[in-house]
Amino acid sequence: MKKFVALLLAALMVLTACVAMAEADVITVGIVNNPPSESGYREANVKDFEAVYTAENGYEAKTFYSLKNDEQLAAAQQFITDGVDYLLISAAETTGWDEVLTAAQEAGIGVFLFDRMIAVDESLYTAAVVSDMANQGKLATEWLKSLNLEAYNIIHIQGAMGSDAQIGRTTPLQEQVDAADNWKIVVQQTATWDEAEAKKITESVINSGEAFNIIYAENDGMAKGAVAALDEAGITHGKDGDVIVMGFDCNRWALREVLAGNWNYDGQCSPFQAQVISDMIQKVEAGEAIETKLVISEETYFEAGVITEEDIATYGLGE
Amino acid sequence: MEKTAQKTKFSWSKYSQLLLPLLSLSLIILFNLFRDPSFFSVAITENNAGNTVLTGNLISILNGASELAVLAMGMTLVTAACGGQDISVGALAAIAGSMFVKILRSGEITLGTIALAFVCACAIAIVFGTFNGTLVSVFKIQPMIATLVLYTCGRSIAYWLNGGATPTVESPLINAIGSFIPGIPVPTPILIVIICGIIFALIFKFTTLGLFTQTVGINQRAARLNGINTTFIKLLSFMILGVCCAVAGCIGVSRLGLINHETLLLDVEMDTILAVAIGGNALGGGKFKVSSSVLGAYTIQALTTTLYAMKVPSTDVKAYKAIVIILIVVIGSPVVKAFFSKLWAKLKAGKQTGKQVKEAA
Repeated sequence: MKKFVALLLAALMVLTACVAMAEADVITVGIVNNPPSESGYREANVKDFEAVYTAENGYEAKTFYSLKNDEQLAAAQQFITDGVDYLLISAAETTGWDEVLTAAQEAGIGVFLFDRMIAVDESLYTAAVVSDMANQGKLATEWLKSLNLEAYNIIHIQGAMGSDAQIGRTTPLQEQVDAADNWKIVVQQTATWDEAEAKKITESVINSGEAFNIIYAENDGMAKGAVAALDEAGITHGKDGDVIVMGFDCNRWALREVLAGNWNYDGQCSPFQAQVISDMIQKVEAGEAIETKLVISEETYFEAGVITEEDIATYGLGE
Repeated sequence: MEKTAQKTKFSWSKYSQLLLPLLSLSLIILFNLFRDPSFFSVAITENNAGNTVLTGNLISILNGASELAVLAMGMTLVTAACGGQDISVGALAAIAGSMFVKILRSGEITLGTIALAFVCACAIAIVFGTFNGTLVSVFKIQPMIATLVLYTCGRSIAYWLNGGATPTVESPLINAIGSFIPGIPVPTPILIVIICGIIFALIFKFTTLGLFTQTVGINQRAARLNGINTTFIKLLSFMILGVCCAVAGCIGVSRLGLINHETLLLDVEMDTILAVAIGGNALGGGKFKVSSSVLGAYTIQALTTTLYAMKVPSTDVKAYKAIVIILIVVIGSPVVKAFFSKLWAKLKAGKQTGKQVKEAA
């Protein structure tokens, strides 16, 4: 009985939604994201969505930004209650979303995941447009491998433990270290994306006197922190230096460091998903089926000696 | 003879508060000496800027704890006067740091603009400190609840000030503040802490602020009846903490020449409160000792550095930290303290008789 009522209700909602669509062509979307202040990546990401989901493009966007999963969940629930047509989510954590997404499905709301995956059954969302963090880690590890160094002694500075970016950028490196004899992790520590903490971690390795020749930091800020520690200890780094420096995210200032040869590598993490999702929404609106559930943003990397000013202008995030 | 005995007794009670942080700090030091005798070795190297500088874990600890030490000074005052803690120090430091960066980015970076930027950072921090202080002193809201407001929205405000996510400021002058001044081998943040410490010491020596703060913390009514403006004293403590936040924020920004509003001094409020607690200050207000809190701050950084040096896995760091903190707090608890002071009294009595015997001989 209860199920029947729920089904009826859902059907009714879909019907009203359809009617509403037929009447007015304004599509309401609820966007749940992390705050733009989180990073250069997020700033570009938020801007991208603000630029696409505008009244001119036929959208009415409601946004909610938080770094906390529970707040995001509450906001998503609120958007469902408000009766948005689509829910666009970049989750703070990969877990805990089953209930809300089930509620969205029952309410007939299309769910798109962007930037980050959520650990739920794929029937609960329409499509996901994400960065393949694991691929970023893989690209970086492959690049490192291609250097053919005699020994790989790595300081591995991790992001906030459990985040998609941390797991994706850690796993391929870890697998390579486990597989190869001449790859060694000198220290593996989380700085929770905190630049100053990354500096302290690097300092502690320098003070211990252990040899290392690679800094693998899981974002640009932490790489900068590690480099500050190297500078203070008089250790050379970059293209012609003793230590190879690797970062992720492609902030513009970070790419300039790569161009100047102070860093060796910066992995891209594309923040531009808004248009892809908008195209899909239009497809759904037109009654077409979406073939691929998982769309992966194409990403690349930049290395010292190869990067150009043009690359910085095109791919650099932030100022 | 009796006079000297009284004197020693007096100075003992004056410095007894330092015992807990000293004890915990020396425990960590001892542990490290046993684990790795070279842990505290200090080396002289040349950094990439061509300066001769001191390096080593000891320097790293003193340097790394700078922001925390400055914040702990201010937090001690707030704790003593208001009987509660400010949990918005990290957010406020981010706001001040953001202001610092905003001014620096608006023009060429010279000593003058840095001074101006610092003054502006202090000003905005004092404004927000006054906001916190007003909620606490005038509206009588519990400090933790009052500062929850800024704790929640502070980092967003910091972001609004600058707009960009991680704005950078590149200049040798900024580098000199956050790292080394050419020709001086000691990291500048350590020097800044020393200067702050001297300023605090001078304030306590030449003004009645210390006495008034303690009085307000112990008994507000009595303080008021004695003509102390309790509202003002509380407000003042928050304003001083604001300046401390500005100093900490500016150090944090200068270290790397960049500000990340979300991660600048992340979770520092908890460490600051902990530093005050390890310092043996009455968290319910009243008796306080700023130097003791500073020692607490160094203890916390020493602990973190030790855990890094021991290569504790990333996922376990917080758990290990918690275990040590439980130990320290339990050692400092009234029950254990009473036990030790009894023991101490016994020992002292023994010493005294020994002295008297010696004197008689």
